[in-house]
Amino acid sequence: MTETQPAPARDDPGRAVPAIELAGVEKAFRVHGEHVAAVRGVDLEVGQGEFFSLLGPSGCGKTTTLRMIAGFEEPTAGEVRLHGRGVTGVPPNRRDVNTVFQSYALFPHMSVFENVAFGLRRRGVPKGEIRARTGAMLDLVDLAGRERRRPSELSGGQQQRVALARALVNRPRALLLDEPLGALDLKLRQSMQVELKRIQREVGITFLYVTHDQDEALTMSDRIAVMNEGLIEQLGTPREIYERPATRFVAGFIGTSNLLAGEVGEVTGGGSRAALSFGPDGRVEVPVRDGLRVAVGERLELTIRPEKIGIGADEPADGLCGVRGTVTEVVYLGTSTSYNVTTSAGADMVVFQQNATSADDAAARGDGVWLSWDPLHSYAIGAPR
Amino acid sequence: MTTRTRPAPARRGTPRRRRVDGLHAYTLLLIGWLILPVAIMIAFGFNDVHGKQNYRWEGFTLRWYAHLLDKDDLVTAVVNSLTIALLSTLLSTVAGTLAGLALGRYRFRGGGATGLLLLMAISCPEVVMGASLLSMFVTFGLPRGYLTILLAHVMFSIAFVAVTVRARVVGLDPAVEEAARDLGAGPWTRFRLVTLPMIMPGVVAGALLAFVLSIDDFVITGFTSGATVTFPLWVYGSTRTGTPPQVNVLGTLIFAVGAVVTAVTARRGARAPDHSRAW
Repeated sequence: MTETQPAPARDDPGRAVPAIELAGVEKAFRVHGEHVAAVRGVDLEVGQGEFFSLLGPSGCGKTTTLRMIAGFEEPTAGEVRLHGRGVTGVPPNRRDVNTVFQSYALFPHMSVFENVAFGLRRRGVPKGEIRARTGAMLDLVDLAGRERRRPSELSGGQQQRVALARALVNRPRALLLDEPLGALDLKLRQSMQVELKRIQREVGITFLYVTHDQDEALTMSDRIAVMNEGLIEQLGTPREIYERPATRFVAGFIGTSNLLAGEVGEVTGGGSRAALSFGPDGRVEVPVRDGLRVAVGERLELTIRPEKIGIGADEPADGLCGVRGTVTEVVYLGTSTSYNVTTSAGADMVVFQQNATSADDAAARGDGVWLSWDPLHSYAIGAPR
Repeated sequence: MTTRTRPAPARRGTPRRRRVDGLHAYTLLLIGWLILPVAIMIAFGFNDVHGKQNYRWEGFTLRWYAHLLDKDDLVTAVVNSLTIALLSTLLSTVAGTLAGLALGRYRFRGGGATGLLLLMAISCPEVVMGASLLSMFVTFGLPRGYLTILLAHVMFSIAFVAVTVRARVVGLDPAVEEAARDLGAGPWTRFRLVTLPMIMPGVVAGALLAFVLSIDDFVITGFTSGATVTFPLWVYGSTRTGTPPQVNVLGTLIFAVGAVVTAVTARRGARAPDHSRAW
């Protein structure tokens, strides 16, 4: 622990201090005498008032990351900064952040009012103000009139909102939410997603949201960090992450993705575009993301979302990518129809077609078809495994 | 069996009711079995007995209640028993609760051994424990009496309290304490406002157990008492010359207090629905 950087560590004029900052943060646990790395070097900055999600499968290190920000765990290496201030060694009760736990962790022996007022009482806020702020917060989460209930007398959704109110009433600099909707059923979860977003807009507090549910992250977040095996795989807006998955993992974890691999036949635009050759049965051009090097003769993998692909009998027009294939399955899904196609490029691909009209399907099982898409909708992610 | 039709609804009720009646009879028998000795003890506290032996019914009287405190040595024994029980409950509840918290919450070197030791203290035959306590006190040159009884009672009660509290602690969501921490509560506030109220049912159960074990302990007390006499020791001694009805009266009073405490605890437990979730 260095004591070289006191109070406001960064003073760049014209740049706001991030609410939460992680610099090279690592965390290893001892399990049966062996070191197991849960977080293996995470750097990120969460801006003031931002709704930021950590998204990843269980065991990816997202909850450990949250717990290091809250102060329940200390990093093995690196530093956590809250509003530019390093908080190494500062216990949770002296950090200006509050947490909403997955299990809600309400105090079972206290009323709803006492639960929500707990934090304010610890800080010696005057009684009148406690009553006013608690009341206003219970209004905000739509629980007015339930002040005297015990948590056990509330539904799961109501308990969840008490947990939210109990954390928010302290007006923390940032609110940390650990899979707060995980225990709710689908309908309730969806309405709570909208509700959470509304509350966050109204109070203007930074939210750091941990979830394994991609829909949840996409719905609510300003930005998302996708985590896997203790590292951030990609950090960006929901649109960037969905449209431009940087790795095979991100492409597979978020939504449905087609992966297509081929040999690079030509590199154009100073390395920003690659053409893959599939013989007479296909031509594929793909933009190459910054920092990825491609060379003629090497194999390259690209990703393309099912809804970006057109399906038809005719060879696509110039400027579009296309591969030839045979339809193996057609599934009518209501708003869309899904086609499974075995392609000459060697990969099975999935195609979604919106059912904008009530016309017949574009192809039937066994049909030979051309799949086509705009090169801009595909994205090179690196050498195939 | 030629007819496999369903019995009519009216007939279906009959066998079920008969089975319930059988269950009732069995239940009443069992309750009777449990309550009969106590009932006889209570009844003979009202026996208008004149000789030394209180074994035959001779008529109803409240005499023994009026002369409850006549036998000085009996009163001393009861006071000894009560104060030892209260003190040992207090000491073993504090020590046992802390032990139970540590065992239920943390993994530490020696934790498993401590758990095993507690189990041994519970399962060890009382005669063995009493005899070994006696030899220990003799070895250390500690005069047997009030203090050694108290030490012995605290020793065996701690295990019961610790085990009861540990069971409660293990069932707690660790996030609840983290939430208190997150909301600005320091260690002491956290314990006072969150942890202790949540483990309270376990603490109360452990304390009741400790009190009950202490007040009627005979075997271990017999080994460690020296010249000090407790209520059970006095009663046992009196059987040789004839147990006075005051013993029945005192037994009745102890039973009554126990029954009231149990009823109150049970009702409080029923009123606080920790586990039910109203939707």
